[in-house]
Amino acid sequence: MSRGAGSDATKTGRPLPRLDDANAPFWQGAQAGELRLQQCAGCGAYRFPARRHCARCGGEEHRWTAVSGRGTVWSHCLFHKSYFPGLAADTPYNVVLVKLEEGPMLFSNLVGVPNEELRIGMPVLPHFERVTDAVVLIKFKPGL
Amino acid sequence: MVERSLAGRAAAVGVGTTAFGKLPGYDDYDLGVWALQEALNDCGLAMADIDGLIVNRIADYQRFGEIVGLNPRFVSITPGQGRMSGWCIETAVMALATGMARHVALVYGNNGRSAGDRYGGASDPYGSGGAGFWFPWGMTSPGAFHALMFQRHRELYGTEHRHLAHIAVTFRRHAALNPGAVMREPFSEADYHASRYIAEPLHLLDYCLINDGGVAMILTTADRARDLKQPPVYVRGFAQATQLADSSFPPDDFWQAPMAQVARDLYPMAGVGAQDMDALMIYDNFTPTVLFSLEGFGFCPVGESGPWVADGRLALGGKLPANTSGGHLSESYMQGWALNVEAVRQLRGQCGERQVQGARHIQYMCAAPLVTSIVYGRDPR
Repeated sequence: MSRGAGSDATKTGRPLPRLDDANAPFWQGAQAGELRLQQCAGCGAYRFPARRHCARCGGEEHRWTAVSGRGTVWSHCLFHKSYFPGLAADTPYNVVLVKLEEGPMLFSNLVGVPNEELRIGMPVLPHFERVTDAVVLIKFKPGL
Repeated sequence: MVERSLAGRAAAVGVGTTAFGKLPGYDDYDLGVWALQEALNDCGLAMADIDGLIVNRIADYQRFGEIVGLNPRFVSITPGQGRMSGWCIETAVMALATGMARHVALVYGNNGRSAGDRYGGASDPYGSGGAGFWFPWGMTSPGAFHALMFQRHRELYGTEHRHLAHIAVTFRRHAALNPGAVMREPFSEADYHASRYIAEPLHLLDYCLINDGGVAMILTTADRARDLKQPPVYVRGFAQATQLADSSFPPDDFWQAPMAQVARDLYPMAGVGAQDMDALMIYDNFTPTVLFSLEGFGFCPVGESGPWVADGRLALGGKLPANTSGGHLSESYMQGWALNVEAVRQLRGQCGERQVQGARHIQYMCAAPLVTSIVYGRDPR
């Protein structure tokens, strides 16, 4: 078990999310094919992953808003070392940091492009990938 | 800005280091006590003279005080993050300046290697705070965080692997001259390029070492410092700034804004500028941090740090030697502490083969969400 982390490892070692915490609406959105982010009901600022208070206005009220998912690659790297037994077979796998057109940033993976062709500034769209019955991971693919 | 009258009011008078490497059987407290005894021997003070205690990475100040039999008036404890070493030293100066303590011991103990500490993955107690949310995508580790930053620097400015190689090779050459360093075998740029990737674009040799060890420093006021065994090394200036908002993600500016703020506060307080430094001690958790630091503090223009380091400038004998001990990359990852001790030993002239001749001013700097920097000098002003 991780300490203070939001993920559990299954028997296979693949890191999976907790589905019952404050980020539950994000995971439900992914199941429904939407990228939903927590948004302040007072000032409209996004905050993600979920937290109680808005960093801009301090408010607690919020809604979960489906965003476009359009963004650009802010940076990228390739994991050669396996920190999670369940991902060892996937190495080297990419991790990209995507900046959404609405502003928030997300760590994710980019599919549909060879790792050597990853570039910052690439326009990307969401790609919904089912990894278990209960979990859909929102990855990204090239596209406007 | 820090009150400028504090410049030169405190001095490092005692420094102590344990062996570094694999020290099974010693926990963080044991390593801290060992280092503190070395620091007391160094300056000639007795344990009973210590009336201020600041511990870092050691789990509990109360237990530490019990182990060494101290009832210090002033006490502080900080989390096991390397960025905290600079802050602890600043705290000591403030405690001395306000009269809350007369002799402050700063004690660090790290048994991370023997304890099997990990910086990444589900068992990482240090880097994971809120970062566990991203584990399902395989994102973890401070190394990957810095790999993302370097990749961006690379694509924005054309910075190259050979620039990182130069830093890694240079600091290893320095470590070869340091009997206390863990990794002393020199390697070539070709060896660097051949070393395996961890989080590409970073190679194994871009990462610091995880080792056991302890470091202690004793600071006192300038007037008391003059009566002790060693020549005082004065804290001429110090400053800090943070960039905590949105800090789950790498900063757009490689922490330039907080570093520039620190530079604006630091040099006027110290009464000397970047051009007056005889050596630098740069927090080198990963090689790219060295580049970001040089840009942030204005040693070179933004985006030009790669070519700037590639002409041998940071090597002993170069224009601005850096991390003469080998740093975190090759001496040991003592989270900033051993770099501060190296600054003190250099200014005392105790560094043997790796001595920077005639060094008068040395700057320590740490680029992170909490940026700190300290200018040490042989003279108080």
